[in-house]
Amino acid sequence: MGLPADKSDATADRLAALTMPDGASWARIAREAASTRFQAMGLPGRRDEYWRFTQPDTLNAIQPPEAALYPPEDPPAFSALDRLSVVFRDGIFDPEASDDLALEGLEIERLSTATQADFHWAKDLYGVLETRGQDPVERPFAALNTAFATDGVVLRATKKILKPIHFRYLHEKTDSDAILHFVVRVEEGAELTLLEGGPAAARFNKCMEIDVADRGSFHHIRAQGRDHERRAVTHLFARLGEESTFKSFTLTANGRLTRNEAVIELTGDNATAHIAGAAVGDGDFHHDDTVFVTHDAVNCESRQVFKKVLKNGAVGAFQGKILVKEGAQKTDGYQISQSLLLDEDAQFLAKPELEIYADDVICSHGSTTGAIDEEALFYLRSRGVSASEAQDLLVLAFLAEAIEEIESEEIADDILTRLESWLVRHRG
Amino acid sequence: MLNIKDLHVKLEEEDKVILKGVDLDVPAGAVHAIMGPNGSGKSTLSYVLSGRDGYEVTAGAATLDGADLLVLDPEERASAGLFLAFQYPVEIPGVGNMTFLRTALNAQKKARGEDEVSAGDFLKLIREKAKSLKIDADMLKRPVNVGFSGGEKKRNEILQMAMLEPKMCILDETDSGLDVDAMRLVSEGVNALRDAGRSFLVITHYQRLLDHIKPDVVHIMANGRIVKTGGPELALEVENNGYADILEEVA
Repeated sequence: MGLPADKSDATADRLAALTMPDGASWARIAREAASTRFQAMGLPGRRDEYWRFTQPDTLNAIQPPEAALYPPEDPPAFSALDRLSVVFRDGIFDPEASDDLALEGLEIERLSTATQADFHWAKDLYGVLETRGQDPVERPFAALNTAFATDGVVLRATKKILKPIHFRYLHEKTDSDAILHFVVRVEEGAELTLLEGGPAAARFNKCMEIDVADRGSFHHIRAQGRDHERRAVTHLFARLGEESTFKSFTLTANGRLTRNEAVIELTGDNATAHIAGAAVGDGDFHHDDTVFVTHDAVNCESRQVFKKVLKNGAVGAFQGKILVKEGAQKTDGYQISQSLLLDEDAQFLAKPELEIYADDVICSHGSTTGAIDEEALFYLRSRGVSASEAQDLLVLAFLAEAIEEIESEEIADDILTRLESWLVRHRG
Repeated sequence: MLNIKDLHVKLEEEDKVILKGVDLDVPAGAVHAIMGPNGSGKSTLSYVLSGRDGYEVTAGAATLDGADLLVLDPEERASAGLFLAFQYPVEIPGVGNMTFLRTALNAQKKARGEDEVSAGDFLKLIREKAKSLKIDADMLKRPVNVGFSGGEKKRNEILQMAMLEPKMCILDETDSGLDVDAMRLVSEGVNALRDAGRSFLVITHYQRLLDHIKPDVVHIMANGRIVKTGGPELALEVENNGYADILEEVA
């Protein structure tokens, strides 16, 4: 069955405007295959089941809408941490601004270098986890990314990496269109913390494939810039081995459009996957979390915790699924998506889904939309706390469950500070 | 200290008049009690004084040390020295009890132009006050009133009162839901705060609480007005004969 003509034309036009990078034959094959996948799926439209809540027009367009430049956050996220920084300016790696990419137990390479090598460990992952994540739900922007990503990094942790790796995305051109692809391999028993921060570009398409081997541990914390006009579509594809741990937290503070997809597959027994997000939006803001967690092993635990605070017409969307495959007994799955609407103009759309083919599992999900608790607000004010400070306290309390998913206290404090200052800036 | 003159209050949303001309004068250092049957307007009086939404003052005045209370926001009333111990203290998940109290204390100090309390000094102070109210470290760390028993919630109110050191304390049925031991603890907490510069307005249904917190003056409230004022013996009369006699007498 082919695509409708309009969709097929738009897809062909978009393809024609993109250039596939050179590479070794394995990379070329992976990219060609991704391009073919993308053509078969076509650009998304509002009629597609998983795009009902989010208008993909600006992501589909050949040129991104312009996004004004704002001075970078001061201090930038994670800057107080001892970390290894990898800097991208509008989606282009900047070696001068980056730290020396050498750390014990870590192999790290620019994507363009890795894909030139005839033999490379990344060959077994590049586009591979993305392809696995295309079934049963299509993710055309991820396929587009695999085919046309112009930059990125591949990295492999072979032991416990002592410093977090920090991808810092600077936005310096009003019309930049960045496509970045990352491949991460956490070897058996290794540990890696990955940080991402910054708005990145006027339009940002990012895909990250993460393979966590048995007993490996991957922690991911990102702060997607703040108060900018960027449009972004991001994908995390993760595959988890036995007794491995995956934890991901995302802070989004404004930005015109953000679609964060996560596709997590628990393939080894006793693995743990937690994914959380805190989004705060004021005004022209659309934030969409689309999450798909597949349990395909015994005794695994997954948690999805997504909280959104919205006002002045901001829109939040959540589409979250837990799929428990046959034989994935003793699964413990949890999903919560909640919004706090600070006025009557904000909107939250949610589609929680459970699909379970095993009989000995615990799965729960919940989704709520609410306003500030007036009783609590009065109680705080009656003790002398100002109305705005009291509201901020209640907002942070609402977000607490998501922030608690950040294991490192230092990083959690950094995120909390960012939230607090955002709330102060967006009072009234 | 607290001066209420001919206060008339109706519900904002409906045409229901609750207070129909309340007059009350609580001097500095005094403990006044208000008793009265259900629906007489006792709790409304406490809410109106503390600035809760939903009420409309149609006539009259209320001042604290001469300052017009009714034009102030709830937080300004608190900084001016007014404190309401809630009948039903509110649970606030996600906000730690200590964070809450420190934020409140420093907000009040800031509003009054005083220096804020350092984290260290605050900790020392709250530990000392919590100890006398038998509030343990775990309760201080927990979210505000979440998972607290009825008695614990009321003790927590008194702890807040002790920390914030208000001039005018209104206790709205602080005895409700308390067992004998908890009532003694709470009363001891209140009595420890009695001071020549601090006044109390104790709202209660029962004389029992007034055995522990001895009032100077007892008022009987009925149908939105204070209908009788007397000494502590008035509370005993209510305890023995109920409100019927008094209400008949003033009718």
